[in-house]
Amino acid sequence: MANKVFHVMYDDDQKLMTAAQALVSKGIRVKDVFSPFPVHGLDPVIGVKRTRLAIASFMYATTGTLLAIIGTWYFMIHDWPMNIGGKPSFSWVENAPAFVPVIFEFSVFCGAHGMVITYLLRNGLLPGMPASNPDPRTTDDKFVMEIVTDQNSSMSASELEALIKTTEVYELSIKEY
Amino acid sequence: MKQDKLQFEIPAGVQKWSTICMAIGLVAAVGGWIVDHTDHHQYWWANLLINGFFYFAVALGALFFYALQYATEAAWSAQLKRIFEAMYGYIPVGVGVIIVVLLAGQFHIHHLYHWMDPDVHDVNSPAYDEIIANKKPYLSAWFFWLRMIAYAGVFIYFARKFREWSLQEDAVGGTELHYLQYRKGAVFLVFFAVFSSTMAWDVLMSIDTHWYSTMYGWYIFAGMWVTTMIFATLALIWLKGLGYFGSVNDSHIHDMGKWVFAISMLWSYLWFCQYMLIWYSDIPEEVTYFQTRYEHYMGLMWGIFFTNFALPFYVLIARDAKRNKKFLMRVGAILFVSHFFDLYLAVIPGTNHAHETFTGWFELGLFIGFLGLFVRMFVTALSKANLIPVNHPFLNESEHHSI
Repeated sequence: MANKVFHVMYDDDQKLMTAAQALVSKGIRVKDVFSPFPVHGLDPVIGVKRTRLAIASFMYATTGTLLAIIGTWYFMIHDWPMNIGGKPSFSWVENAPAFVPVIFEFSVFCGAHGMVITYLLRNGLLPGMPASNPDPRTTDDKFVMEIVTDQNSSMSASELEALIKTTEVYELSIKEY
Repeated sequence: MKQDKLQFEIPAGVQKWSTICMAIGLVAAVGGWIVDHTDHHQYWWANLLINGFFYFAVALGALFFYALQYATEAAWSAQLKRIFEAMYGYIPVGVGVIIVVLLAGQFHIHHLYHWMDPDVHDVNSPAYDEIIANKKPYLSAWFFWLRMIAYAGVFIYFARKFREWSLQEDAVGGTELHYLQYRKGAVFLVFFAVFSSTMAWDVLMSIDTHWYSTMYGWYIFAGMWVTTMIFATLALIWLKGLGYFGSVNDSHIHDMGKWVFAISMLWSYLWFCQYMLIWYSDIPEEVTYFQTRYEHYMGLMWGIFFTNFALPFYVLIARDAKRNKKFLMRVGAILFVSHFFDLYLAVIPGTNHAHETFTGWFELGLFIGFLGLFVRMFVTALSKANLIPVNHPFLNESEHHSI
């Protein structure tokens, strides 16, 4: 059986939300949603797991903190001890308050950059990558829900289509692969 | 829409326990006076000032937050406004305790405020102190008391008026009273912006008269705000546990947790900014403050800083932690006590050295006594009005709050 892909378009995020809730409650699996902006509360409805990006970011920031601590110790204390403001104590701990701003900045730097790079890699959004959204209008003001027959083997394609049409569909395109 | 219980009935346990707490406080106050052998019972007065200011700050922070919610037209918190109203009902009592301590200082019953002694301003006196004498224009009795009257007047006026308008809104509805409070909230914030700083200088910073810090007002303000948010969060969780606030969902709890987290970070930021600049420049006039603390309170000072900064940072950073009521309650309770000790450390070293006088039971007893009084006034005020502001224009939006 060929895999049929339904691209269901909505023109309002609330309509999309209601449709997703209605379809999921009937046992339909939604593969993905393409939206110009994050729709609050949609993720749990269509069964998207919570992102682990925050955990990754925390780990990047902690790495930054450690690197900055090692760095300040190496540059300012060990390799070439610096006397700034009359504090040549040759001790990292006693000079620590002076290093806090740079440790903080470097933690933020690593956390932010690590998070952005991870996000881009994970979503395949590097420069020159082909666009994966089915319709360019989803970057403007339309919302597209992708449903595939392979994931909904409990019902036939025509049944699925009938159910989808009960929602406030703006446009429906069906492709076969 | 779910029908929420509107009338709060004070549980018998709270009546009993707040009375017991107040009794403990009274016993601690009397016992503390007897065992306190410092000059002029200085240590006793200092502890009264700490507790007086601490709970006054919790209440004043609530008034500030209430005005802030109106001025920023925040809707999510509309359901919770009665909690803040009940908290700022304590303001007149808090002002009273502080005024008693200041009056006792003015009449030389104690010497918490060195500058209140007229001899330090007199060139011919052996007690003449040039640094203090130079601050005479600001720290003169008439100007000081004028400021005190202004603070008391403004805070009590706005606390009474906001409560009045809020209760009136329950009765008549409409949006007129809402926009009135929106405007008055903005006016109050202007007063508060100046007074929160100058009040911290007058009541707390002037204890260390030789020293000054331009960060001090904000640092005290941040401590005030975080204790307010902790108390409100704990009260909300407690009330929800009793079956009130049925429409308050996890998103509200999450937001309250965010406030505790965020203002803890604000406090840490201000604390560290004040500390680092003084530490770096190392000017004798400025370092005196931390020198005294380094000599006698090294462990306490860093212990408080790391409790108030690292604890909320690491345990409240996660989304699930801020939605976990039990967890939030425990962390909040630790932070509340820790911020009390922060204020303790702001007052005690400038007045006397507590390593000679610290008893434990007296300080803690007084803290518990004031807590009992505060909680009793809080629940009493809560029981006197609808728990939910039924005619608040943002009420519906608040009930659908979802993040």
